[in-house]
Amino acid sequence: MTMLNFDFELLLPVLYQGALVTFGLILVSAPFGFLNGILIAVGRVYGNRFISTLCHGYVLFFKGCPLLLLLFIIYFGLPSIGITFTAFTSAVIGFILCNGAYNSEYLRGGIQSIPSGQMTAALSLGMSRNQAIRNVILPQALRRSLPGLSNEFIYLIKYSSLAYMITVVEITGAGKTFATKYFAFFEIFILIGLFYLGLVTIAGYVIGRVEKRIAIPGFGRK
Amino acid sequence: MMTDEIILRVEDIHKRYGENEVLKGVSFDVQRGETKVFIGPSGTGKSTLLRCINQLTVPDSGYIWLNGEEVTHAGPRINQYRQKIGMVFQNFNLFDHLTALGNVEIALLRVKKMNRQEARKKALMELEQVGLSDKVNSYPAELSGGQAQRLSIARALAMDPEVILFDEPTSSLDPELTREVLEVMRRLARNGMTMLIVTHEMGFALSVANEILFMEHGLIVEKGPPSEIPTSQNFTRTRQFLGSFQD
Repeated sequence: MTMLNFDFELLLPVLYQGALVTFGLILVSAPFGFLNGILIAVGRVYGNRFISTLCHGYVLFFKGCPLLLLLFIIYFGLPSIGITFTAFTSAVIGFILCNGAYNSEYLRGGIQSIPSGQMTAALSLGMSRNQAIRNVILPQALRRSLPGLSNEFIYLIKYSSLAYMITVVEITGAGKTFATKYFAFFEIFILIGLFYLGLVTIAGYVIGRVEKRIAIPGFGRK
Repeated sequence: MMTDEIILRVEDIHKRYGENEVLKGVSFDVQRGETKVFIGPSGTGKSTLLRCINQLTVPDSGYIWLNGEEVTHAGPRINQYRQKIGMVFQNFNLFDHLTALGNVEIALLRVKKMNRQEARKKALMELEQVGLSDKVNSYPAELSGGQAQRLSIARALAMDPEVILFDEPTSSLDPELTREVLEVMRRLARNGMTMLIVTHEMGFALSVANEILFMEHGLIVEKGPPSEIPTSQNFTRTRQFLGSFQD
């Protein structure tokens, strides 16, 4: 380790703290982004004209807005109209809004790929539309959307680094500060890159397991 | 098995899709335990008529009464009436993500709010009724067409409906599979289930129906007991239609 011009003992706690923040960002944003996606997708497909248009507008807006800009608006912009969030909260809000918009597109595709006879049959048994959506449509649509949703989750892992731009000291930010101090950009950024690679690999593995776990014989092969 | 009690009344149902008037005023009464079979050329509104009865298709005008209660204009109460009106579809429309057992159980759990054990017991009983006891844990994609349709009959039966609507239940099955489905339906009819059936299976229709209703261009043009078809004046057009069948 003689070629390193910094002390590894100093770096590790810094990266550890950053990694915790990164985990925090992801673990809070992902479930809410997922729920948000479901609500928007269901609203778009099954909502009345008003709800559906609203949800469509939501998707257009948040797909069209660069995430970094969105974070800037939430963290730096909103205080000027009296709405203030901490940096961490701002980042999480931005991620949920953006993640939800993309998730909803995959889910909408999933919902629309379910044959209309499924809803018809559910209604004919006396289910309300809501019951049919929850018990019949979504369980199938979610399975079909899983590849897209997992892609989006992996994006979330990586774009969580943007939180650094609004002062959240997650792992990229922590590393950057440290690297600047010791002028060791290459080593540290490579290290952080490996961290993300590890996370994404683990996520991919877990998603694969989930996909197998919920697979249904013959489903989706029509 | 037929009684005088009128369980379903269909009154002057009209339905139009744009320029195309599919139903032009259809009326009939159904007595408890009766089997009515609707026949006629394709595109004459038979399936639309069935879907109007449980309001899957909302008619433009006319009334449906189930046990003297109006089903049309029921608002959210329609879900209660639909429990009483079972339906079996040409394409089965089984819930692809659920096992055979799950398909039968789901409405018992979610709609009838039965507890797990009750629902399971009832579902297993219905599956046995249609001869699917050995397929309880199979998914729809693992079933033959005949098994799938028998499963969808079990799913409808589990709700203890007052009447079951069959919308061309055997049209997507080969003759062998058709037979096993018709066998189940025949048994239901014998046991006094009230059934409205749209089918092109003439042999079955003639042997099982209490009444044959011949529909054409959105109207019931001829009706009566099947025994009258060969001779009665009432069935001139039906005979012509069936003749073209046999050619």
